[in-house]
Amino acid sequence: MSRGPGVIIAGAAETDQVGKLPGHSTLALHVEAAVNAVRDAGLSLRDIDGIATVSAPGPVQVAHALGIVPRWIDGTGVGGTSFLLHVRHAAAAIQAGYAQTVLVTHGESGRSRVGAAPFRIPPSSPTGQFEAPYGTFGPTTTFTITALRYMKDFGLTHEQLAYVAVAQRRWAAKNPRAAYRDPITVEDVLTSRLIAYPFHLLECCLVTDGGGALVVTSADRAGDFPKPAVFVLGTGESAEAPMISQLADFTESQAFRLAGQAAFAEAGIGVRDVGHLMIYDAFAHVPIYGLEALGFVGKGEAGAFIADGNTEPGGRLPLNTNGGGLSYTHTGMYGMFAITEAARQVRGEAAAQVEAPDISVVLGNGGTFSTAGALVLGRQPR
Amino acid sequence: MAVTMSGKPVPVPTPETQPFWDGCAAGELRIQRCADCATAFFYPRPVCPACGSVNVEWFTASGQARLYSYVINHRPAPGFEDEGPYAIAVVQLAEGPRMMTNLTGVANTPEALVLDMPLRVTFERRGEVYLPVFTPAPAPASRGAGP
Repeated sequence: MSRGPGVIIAGAAETDQVGKLPGHSTLALHVEAAVNAVRDAGLSLRDIDGIATVSAPGPVQVAHALGIVPRWIDGTGVGGTSFLLHVRHAAAAIQAGYAQTVLVTHGESGRSRVGAAPFRIPPSSPTGQFEAPYGTFGPTTTFTITALRYMKDFGLTHEQLAYVAVAQRRWAAKNPRAAYRDPITVEDVLTSRLIAYPFHLLECCLVTDGGGALVVTSADRAGDFPKPAVFVLGTGESAEAPMISQLADFTESQAFRLAGQAAFAEAGIGVRDVGHLMIYDAFAHVPIYGLEALGFVGKGEAGAFIADGNTEPGGRLPLNTNGGGLSYTHTGMYGMFAITEAARQVRGEAAAQVEAPDISVVLGNGGTFSTAGALVLGRQPR
Repeated sequence: MAVTMSGKPVPVPTPETQPFWDGCAAGELRIQRCADCATAFFYPRPVCPACGSVNVEWFTASGQARLYSYVINHRPAPGFEDEGPYAIAVVQLAEGPRMMTNLTGVANTPEALVLDMPLRVTFERRGEVYLPVFTPAPAPASRGAGP
């Protein structure tokens, strides 16, 4: 976005509820979130001319259900960060004139699995041949496998890993929509059930139902909407390994680093400018990798940085202020909820509102450190 | 259905991976390297990920490795219900590439599984194929040396 006025998020909303919603199909979650986001922007569904979401149900089904006739379609489906990439791609499309008002939707019946696609790894795929035979069983057994290497190489302790969940629960306590709000201690985390050593239950994300949606349009129209515009100042994306076993270095995420660098460079900001931060947290180690990849701390320092209280309420770098995937909600593809919380913070309408963040950064993960997206959002245009 | 009687998943080879699985059936860990830049790589594919050359060749790796990282899974995958908590590991071959595996001949506990411990390959029948798994081994005299 080095040319032109850039884009804004004009509407950002979630489903009426998140959590356990057996009365909503996957598609119904998309629809409810979309209707809420379009209303949040003060628009009608007839104003939407571009659609972006993942399959299933995918952009064709979502557009059709909403009566939208798109002239621009993005079905990028690279895991939980996909919605950050949709915002980036929408920014390019809007500035190219391919669309004026893009709707990005997420809906996932992750817990109730109503109208959801079955999990299936084809046995002839690379993952089916080279990982699944060893008894992998979803992200708890794969995304987590980097952590012991990081702990050995950089001295991260079990207590520091556990503290990530403790810090985020302190934010969740302020958020009435969060699934879990009661305070927890490091001991609570370390005595919760082992899921995949070294990870205990409270170091793993929730599995919930819910959705969210965004309306993205040209920054030329920033004054035309009922709520303050959220300016998209910089964006980035990257990919690394489709299988966790093939990640180049288990102590860092190259995709996180490259996506973050691209977004910061485009926005022309540094870490000192960031007043609020969202980092995808499917498991407790992921914010540690994210803080280091974005350059907020040096390699090996993030565990102590979080354990020292820097990211919790009252700390100098508010992180995952909705409670995150560990305590707020995690439908499976959590990235949308990181964006909606960042938008609320920039607008000044969050449940756990931090002091006037001029800049909020969102870092999304897809798969198992497989893909990354980053957004720099701001209260003011560049 | 590509599972064993116990329900464990069985890999289905594709043309470009067949030489790897043929090697396993013969008791050899056959992987690829680039004939131009000499980079060894895994998983099997028809192009060198380091330099982009399609001039790639198969060779038999030493079978020696070190334990790079692991988890001990307490929520068994279908077919693994009778195993008790089991390690899903990633090992680094002496030749450089890494692969996911299971660890046999050693207690699958945090105390027994020490990162960087030396391992060697062995093969375990799974349906119609043989899976490479790893077991503790004496430290090799030098990188890439034979047993």
